[in-house]
Amino acid sequence: MSQAIYLNFIKDDRWKYITDGLKVTLEVTLFAVLIGIAIGFLIAVVRSTYDKTGKLKLLNGICKIYLTVIRGTPVLVQLMIIYFVIFGPVKISKVLVAVISFGINSGAYVAEIFRSGIMSIDQGQFEAGRSLGFNYVQTMWHIIMPQAFKNVLPALGNEFISLLKETSVGSYIALQDLTKGGDIIRSRTYDAFTPLIAVALIYLGLVLLFSWLVQILERRLRQSER
Amino acid sequence: MSVDYGSPLIQVKGLGKQFGDLKVLEGINLDIYKGDVVFVVGPSGSGKSTFLRCLNRLEESTAGHIYFEGADITDPKVNIDLHRQKMGMVFQQFNLFPHMDVLKNMTMAPMKLQKKSQGEAEKEAMALLERVGLADRAHAYPSQLSGGQKQRIAIVRALAMKPDVMLFDEPTSALDPEMVGEVLNVMRDLARERMTMVVVTHEMGFAREVATRVMFMENGNFLEEAPPEAFFGSPKNERLKAFLSKVL
Ligand SMILES: Nc1ncnc2c1ncn2[C@@H]1O[C@H](COP(=O)(O)OP(=O)(O)OP(=O)(O)O)[C@@H](O)[C@H]1O
Ligand SMILES: [Mg+2]
Repeated sequence: MSQAIYLNFIKDDRWKYITDGLKVTLEVTLFAVLIGIAIGFLIAVVRSTYDKTGKLKLLNGICKIYLTVIRGTPVLVQLMIIYFVIFGPVKISKVLVAVISFGINSGAYVAEIFRSGIMSIDQGQFEAGRSLGFNYVQTMWHIIMPQAFKNVLPALGNEFISLLKETSVGSYIALQDLTKGGDIIRSRTYDAFTPLIAVALIYLGLVLLFSWLVQILERRLRQSER
Repeated sequence: MSVDYGSPLIQVKGLGKQFGDLKVLEGINLDIYKGDVVFVVGPSGSGKSTFLRCLNRLEESTAGHIYFEGADITDPKVNIDLHRQKMGMVFQQFNLFPHMDVLKNMTMAPMKLQKKSQGEAEKEAMALLERVGLADRAHAYPSQLSGGQKQRIAIVRALAMKPDVMLFDEPTSALDPEMVGEVLNVMRDLARERMTMVVVTHEMGFAREVATRVMFMENGNFLEEAPPEAFFGSPKNERLKAFLSKVL
């Protein structure tokens, strides 16, 4: 046991593969979620504007195609297309490619989270805003969005958690993330069990930690309702 | 009691509204003058709410014209947001903004739309809250208020914009019976101050007491219009007689 730990983590500072990989995993996840939120927000605004007013028909069509394609294909295939096809000829950091790919992918799911958040706000709120003289954009911005955003915060937290796990497919483009870190150790020590179990435990710990934070957030939000 | 019968504040001409094939309103004409307190009563589904909501274009009419302070607000080119600032609306379900406290609910529109300073907007809001006996609830959130309190706040929120007309759609229908009175008191005070009001309600006693005119709507049109004494005392239309015998 201690022999295995020494071989896999202490010798030649191999633990650095794990910590450096963890840093990359967290980085990619965080920035991808931020991109996802930006994309998702814009799409949700377009889609619900179209639903409510019939305006932005063309943009709405484009958004629908994006949603269909992104949600209808595996994220690994998207990642490989973006890395090997779109950025194929250019030299570009793998972390950046991963952030862009997972961000674009996440955007499609966040869009639906936001959209359902907007749709969950009672139509009466919208009418009250308009009846006071606010225009469409002001009503969305000051009245609908703050409520919708609050409602979807836990769902966004959960999106972060699933993205955290999903980024592990980044090792297919040799992204030096947590998963890859464990895999590199395995290839050096010829011990698969120890590094991979360690990696799994770290993912599990992170997921449990963030789930717990989301739960606290949910409870806070429910309290502020009263 | 004085209604200014100069030029009408709101003039409705040939107003019609269809939802798809369903004709809900047809050929409605009505002049509303400054100081008028017009009550609209009628059976469920007759089109009362639809009519009221057409007045500030929450519902887009499909025929006819509505003139408000001289402007044809059914004209698609008109900036309806500006006119809505002068038309307060009170909903059956209150529709207070749950993420803001009472004061913010009331000051947001005057500050953002009329460019009032926070100090000025809050001072005016507090004066209104004083008037409806809710000054001590200024920093409460809507979820901490009773239904009657919510509706009184909704009324003063609309009043904070200093509207020229107030539209009410069954303002007491969602309230527990013991809270109806406090809301009616506020509306009664408004009527006494000659605020122009259009009120859809099932509160017949209240209509009789404060209306300058009562309208009977059925199947998307006004079948009878009369001052309250005549409306309730000597109704002419057979349908109205039948309606009154059921609700009184
Ligand atoms: N958005 C809508 N789409 C389709 N039909 C509608 C819509 N809104 C109202 N209607 C129909 O229009 C008719 C009139 O409705 P309205 O709400 O104006 O009646 P009302 O007189 O206010 O009734 P109540 O006393 O029950 O509030 C009803 O038949 C209703 O089903
Ligand atoms: Mg109604």
